[in-house]
Amino acid sequence: MVVTKNTVALIGTDAVAEAMRQINPDVVAAYPITPQTAIVETFSQMAADGIVKTNFVAVESEHSAMSAAIGAAAAGGRVMTCTSSQGLGFMWELLYIASGLRLPIVMPNVNRALSAPINIHCDHSDSMGARDSGWIQLFSENAQEAYDNTLQATRIAEHPDILLPVMVQLDGFIISHAVDRLELIHDDIAREFVGELHPAYSLLNSSKPASVGNFDSLYGYFFEFKQQQEEGMRNALQVIQEVGKEFGKATGRSYGLFEPVGMDDAEIAIIALGSACGTVRSEIECMREAGIPIGMIKLRSFRPFPAAELVRVLEGVKVVAVMDRSDSFAGGMGGPVFMELRSALYDMPNKPQVINYIYGLGGRDLSIELTQKVINDLEEIAGGKEVQQKVNYLGLREGEE
Amino acid sequence: MPTKLRNLVQKEEMLSGGHRLCAGCGASVAVRQVLLGAPDNIQMVIGNPTGCLEVSTTIYPYTSWNTSFIHSAFENAASTMSGVEAAYQSMKAQGKIDEDYRFVVFAGDGGTYDIGFQALSGALERGHKMVYVCYNNEAYMNTGIQRSGATLRGSWTTTSPHGKESFGKKENRKDMTLIAAAHNIPYVAQASISHWKDLIRKSRKAFEADGPAFINVLSPCHRGWRYPPEKTVEVAKLAVQSCIWPLYEVENGKWKLTTKVRYKESIEEYMRMQGRFAHLFKPGNEEVLADLQQYIDREWQKLLERCGEEIEDL
Repeated sequence: MVVTKNTVALIGTDAVAEAMRQINPDVVAAYPITPQTAIVETFSQMAADGIVKTNFVAVESEHSAMSAAIGAAAAGGRVMTCTSSQGLGFMWELLYIASGLRLPIVMPNVNRALSAPINIHCDHSDSMGARDSGWIQLFSENAQEAYDNTLQATRIAEHPDILLPVMVQLDGFIISHAVDRLELIHDDIAREFVGELHPAYSLLNSSKPASVGNFDSLYGYFFEFKQQQEEGMRNALQVIQEVGKEFGKATGRSYGLFEPVGMDDAEIAIIALGSACGTVRSEIECMREAGIPIGMIKLRSFRPFPAAELVRVLEGVKVVAVMDRSDSFAGGMGGPVFMELRSALYDMPNKPQVINYIYGLGGRDLSIELTQKVINDLEEIAGGKEVQQKVNYLGLREGEE
Repeated sequence: MPTKLRNLVQKEEMLSGGHRLCAGCGASVAVRQVLLGAPDNIQMVIGNPTGCLEVSTTIYPYTSWNTSFIHSAFENAASTMSGVEAAYQSMKAQGKIDEDYRFVVFAGDGGTYDIGFQALSGALERGHKMVYVCYNNEAYMNTGIQRSGATLRGSWTTTSPHGKESFGKKENRKDMTLIAAAHNIPYVAQASISHWKDLIRKSRKAFEADGPAFINVLSPCHRGWRYPPEKTVEVAKLAVQSCIWPLYEVENGKWKLTTKVRYKESIEEYMRMQGRFAHLFKPGNEEVLADLQQYIDREWQKLLERCGEEIEDL
């Protein structure tokens, strides 16, 4: 492990705030919610100390946070906000407006369960609920990735072929509140990487006034607008990789749509999002040492969903376990990642068997033992045992009323 | 500058004709009068929540607004404009833009009294420099005349219909102008499209205010109030003369009656003009009418007191 003068120990929320400091947005409008609060607190201090030029707007709700972000971005500013859970839920209708108006807003979302019952801990039900809102969604394994993803998100969102808002996901408490070792980028390099914003339109340019959010009647262009949004999302598949590579050149840490671990010769595999990948990775490394042909896919980009790329990497794999930290309540269809992956695999000639593990809802820990249970199941299925249950709830309490 | 028609007609208007608002609509009158009070040689961003004005003036790919415009949703005109203003302040301070801009919201009573109430309160409390105008037609007209927090007790709407068990809206309206004043912002006013000089003067003061300004403009809707379209101004005038809609301002905390009412009309003439109150004149509803008159008298007395006027003997 190399320690440089840029090596720091930070909690995840401070790592994100540090990226926000380097991005130095024109406007940040945000409302506190556990476990995101530390981001707005740290960033407010930065604004108070004058180390950012940002106009920090302490709005009275998340609904107004996203509304103000929309207004500020339409005015041609570089804009960020951040939230969690109920806050994201409260923003819901505005998420669609931000993407529909093609505003490149960047929003770290500290993943937390949605009520009821009220629970402040990690799962992905908040951002999965925004799955179809037209936002790009990048997941982070640790504080380093939360920091790196936030910097890259600005570039991705503002890319002229995309112009879509980006959510950067980091797991509540597990990443947000744990001290982690990470490498910061020098301010000059970060600023050069992020670059200047060249807005597609602005309300504040009298030589070219803008009319934003017009009414589209029955004989209008709504359908075309929506199709163009999908085109932007498709373009993101390419741009996310380009930006990830460029980031690698500047920092030594490259990023793609997902990270395959040991997938070249894997016969069984686990696909997961977020902090769970750390646990799965360490277990997989042990298994590979024991000669078991297992791999992992750490999915970074959930939106856009890299279907074709995943199909390629899963060639030759017999069984895949999909780890879902949220449920879709579809009556047995499994979690959202499971549904997406199964759909992506449908046209594959020799497709692997796919089973689903819903785990960690409301912050329940994904232990080594539970991960081992998944791997045991996969080995048995690869060895010819019939799949008993496609959708499994991993780590439920047993024998209690 | 004196408010004279011969000066006003020379001013370039921000809202062009050809929009799709109804003939006789009070909202467009309110907009034009307010914008006639705006300073010259200044750039402007206009904001609307979802509503009649928005859907009728910005049908893609056209716009009736001769300046930048933004609409995002129904309940967030104030917070959306907060963001526009915040970006302006930020970029202006950083030297990224050099033009001077002003920010104006035109929202109905639905987007102001009810669904947009929280966003408005937050924006006023944070002190964003914007002029927020409520074109108040006392119901949700864009969705087809439903009750709002601005609807008078006894009024018929499609969600407060009269019937065997109902005399119309049971509850009385809330005093939104008073609530805005309670935010201690530099300028708050109540105005009516029937009193154009008064409204234009108030608009000037609102634009001059160093902080948020709020103007609540009575803007009758003939579709919802059930009167002939050509009577819009007349109806608004009677609302003022009967003290249902008194005209006043609160400038830096100082209350002032801006239009004295010499001969206070009873509310009856005003109500008889409008189909939304017709059922109240049928036998059995005498008490509702009496209650309503008492309420108007009581509120008028309170206002006179706030404005330091002599209290009338009733």
